[in-house]
Amino acid sequence: MNLIGLKIKNFLLAGLSFMAISLVACNGGDNNTPGQMANNASSDDNTLLGAGSTFVYPLFSKLFSEYNKVTGLRVNYQSIGSGGGILQLTNKTVDFGDSDAPLNEEQTQKIGAPVLHIPMCSGAVVLSYNLSSVTDTLKLTPDIIANIFLGKIKSWNDPQIAAANKGVTLPNTKIVVAHRSDGSGTTNIFTTYLSKVNAEWNTKPGAGSSINWPVGLGGKGNEGVAGLIKQTPGAIGYIELAYAAQNKMAFAKIQNKAGNFITPSVTTTSAAGNIQLPADAKVSLTNTDAADGYPISGFTWALIYKEQGYNNRSQDRSNKLVKLLWWNIHEGQKYCEGLNYAPLSPSAVAVAESILKSATYKGKPAM
Amino acid sequence: MNKRLQLRLATSKVFEYFIMLLAFLITIPLFAIIYYVLKTGLSKLSWHFITNIPKPVGEIGGGIANALAGSLLIVLVAAVIAVPIGILCGVYLSENRNSKLAYWSRLAVDVMQGTPSIVIGIVIYFWIVKPSGSFSAISGSIALAIMMLPIVIRSTEETLKLLPSSLKEAGLALGLPYHKVILRVIIPCGISGILSGVMLAVARIAGETAPLLFTAFGNPYLTTNVLKPMQSLPLLIFNYATSPYDEWHDLAWGASLILLIWVLLLNITTKLITRKWKVQF
Amino acid sequence: MDVVKKVFSYRKIRTETAFKRFLVFTAIAMMVIAIAIFLTLVIHSIPSFQSLGTRYFFGTTWDPVSNVYGALPFLLGTLITSFLALLISIPFSYAIAIYLGEYQTKGWLSELLKNIVELVAAVPSVIYGFWALVVLVPMVRSLEVKVGAAPYGVGILTASLVLAIMIIPYAASLGRELIRLVPSDLKEGAYSLGATRFEVLRHVILPQTKSGLFAGLLLSLGRALGETMAVTMVIGNTSILPDSIFSPANTMASVIANEFTEADRTLYLSALIELGLVLFIVTVVINIIGKLIIKRFSNE
Repeated sequence: MNLIGLKIKNFLLAGLSFMAISLVACNGGDNNTPGQMANNASSDDNTLLGAGSTFVYPLFSKLFSEYNKVTGLRVNYQSIGSGGGILQLTNKTVDFGDSDAPLNEEQTQKIGAPVLHIPMCSGAVVLSYNLSSVTDTLKLTPDIIANIFLGKIKSWNDPQIAAANKGVTLPNTKIVVAHRSDGSGTTNIFTTYLSKVNAEWNTKPGAGSSINWPVGLGGKGNEGVAGLIKQTPGAIGYIELAYAAQNKMAFAKIQNKAGNFITPSVTTTSAAGNIQLPADAKVSLTNTDAADGYPISGFTWALIYKEQGYNNRSQDRSNKLVKLLWWNIHEGQKYCEGLNYAPLSPSAVAVAESILKSATYKGKPAM
Repeated sequence: MNKRLQLRLATSKVFEYFIMLLAFLITIPLFAIIYYVLKTGLSKLSWHFITNIPKPVGEIGGGIANALAGSLLIVLVAAVIAVPIGILCGVYLSENRNSKLAYWSRLAVDVMQGTPSIVIGIVIYFWIVKPSGSFSAISGSIALAIMMLPIVIRSTEETLKLLPSSLKEAGLALGLPYHKVILRVIIPCGISGILSGVMLAVARIAGETAPLLFTAFGNPYLTTNVLKPMQSLPLLIFNYATSPYDEWHDLAWGASLILLIWVLLLNITTKLITRKWKVQF
Repeated sequence: MDVVKKVFSYRKIRTETAFKRFLVFTAIAMMVIAIAIFLTLVIHSIPSFQSLGTRYFFGTTWDPVSNVYGALPFLLGTLITSFLALLISIPFSYAIAIYLGEYQTKGWLSELLKNIVELVAAVPSVIYGFWALVVLVPMVRSLEVKVGAAPYGVGILTASLVLAIMIIPYAASLGRELIRLVPSDLKEGAYSLGATRFEVLRHVILPQTKSGLFAGLLLSLGRALGETMAVTMVIGNTSILPDSIFSPANTMASVIANEFTEADRTLYLSALIELGLVLFIVTVVINIIGKLIIKRFSNE
């Protein structure tokens, strides 16, 4: 009789115990060093979770892969869009976020605690297009871009485009506009630029991370938009330079404030970013005054809570996070150029350092 | 034969061929998909592919070990949660066919079955991810378990309904306690039906993406820690398929092939099980 | 001895009661889960109910920047894609149902078709989406070039096509079962009166199975409404009100998939969850009505 009782209990408990075992047993799975296992019986293993900007994802995936080789720390960065990064940081489901747009007032209010914006690098938002018959690089003026994205210019052989590209035979192809379907700092950089240069854009769609597009197709992330452009003949869309360069996609020269047509590159992005950063590093680089600066570029910021000792976070975790970001703005900068991002200028690094140093753990400096 | 009769017979014949044609048209998309996945995925399959994690964006090489292991683990944990509960609930429903509770419970199972997978993702985000402060594989497993439950419950209930009550009565008459009759007589007798339900449910959730978007979240590294975010095959396919990188497309096709083989094998095995050990009384 | 016996039987009863209680517990757990899903959605939709009210359903603008949320484009997008998919799938699913249920109920050919239909149902939706992206989209694009529409390739038509393939098995396998349930004396009666096979189908089987076939359609529709991944990948993701079947659009499920992880305002998030709630209610109601019809049908 005892046996039967045992069997029933076994059966009923089998599921639960198996679950429990898998939970407990798997917990140590990520730890490579035995010492760590002893220290971190809970969920604190050798990983950090970040989410946000797809703009910076090609760089981050390289950086974190290198950092993993150096330190063994595994950084899981999910490119879900800047808006997503900010929201997940607000919900405290990630260790750090990354956004190409600083927190706006409402977001700052909702997050409830001071958030540090640490600049990581700057990048160019390029207008990439898919026109197989056009081999020259197209030149676009601010008004042409605004009119295309407002849906006013519908065809590639529109007189406005032709006027800016004398000598180029433009096909009679319909323009397919590609934009982001998710909340995006790339969108913010692009629409901030359009709002600055085009009065009509400024009143109607406006600037923001996810706006009400008057025309076009939506793609998820820079990846999705680049995918749409690459697949759709006649498409034009805005993506980070790295995506266009890695996929050998054509992108346009843009006329800047000084009237020069600028090819987006590390040099021209650096030229636009060559300014003294304010102490909080929140600055927009769009529509730069620099004569050789590319007009649609911006910083991307890693976002962390100033006070790292929230939600029972261990000091070890906050240490790892701060060290990672410190590495990003120093050793990590050398990977920028290879991936077509503009590294931080020495003065920008100094600003980033002082911001990072202001992070605290339970009131004491986290560094 | 008069003309009218000929016409009627001809109509009938023509209709039959027409129906046959329409019916077999369904094979075109299926074979097109299988052909395409095979064509593009087969060249990717290699030991390297299933034992390595993805390379940084834009670099060539790398594999899908993280997604493969993640999918297996997430589905396994989901099954461990859903199968015992599902079977027991199925037993209850078949044992108490006319009770009020069974009626409402059955309705609840129907509701769960009708719930779109994306909605389950939202709900689990609020139940588990947000309170626990972390995306995790276990939250994905729970979401998938909720999707599995109705299938397991229904197949158990339907199977057990087929068993003659004499089986149960004989067991009880021998003085066996109720639980022993259920666990040692009823469930083993219907095991093939229950098992095929379980396997169909596993096949169904193995390819589910939507509930994992807000729960398992993804992870570029190989991990077995179910309390942390984890990659899975469907998530990887979704993310890589919409990207511009040819390298990622290739990875996604390889992953699609593995997922397709997995799901189709489960389906075929289920067929074999039901054919071989059919519940017959 | 008596004492020992008492202990044993006491234990036996206790395990039995525990077991029975556990069975009841699982049954109750299902109700708890279903109700909790509903309540979670309702609670998180409250901010949206309060500040948007019915404007939510009739608003045509979905603009998170100015905090305006009108769900009409998504409601329409969902309805159009689902019904179009249903329309496309009907001839095929009914043909399969009739073929397997009446013409060829046995034999290797019908086994083959049956298995194929089941495999169509088994292919994961993300693979359908990927395939559609690579194969269907260029096909639809060349069609669009021919008819002079904007050559997006992605859009309502593409989404409907892939959805149609995905939902065929649901109506087909149910239809097959129902056609088989038609009493053979009815059919034989008609045959003995000299009816041709087509006439038996048209005048005996079809009227008999009408409500059941309708239920099969409902179940397919429920499936189509809630389908997320394949649709998200090929619908074009735009919040503009669709104006033709070639337009890019968004369905309720695809909006949630795209925007849920980043809705940073309370109202935005709440508006998205209300979409989830609407989707939940619609699919659940459709499913339950479908099942009720089938139940009544098979009881008759």
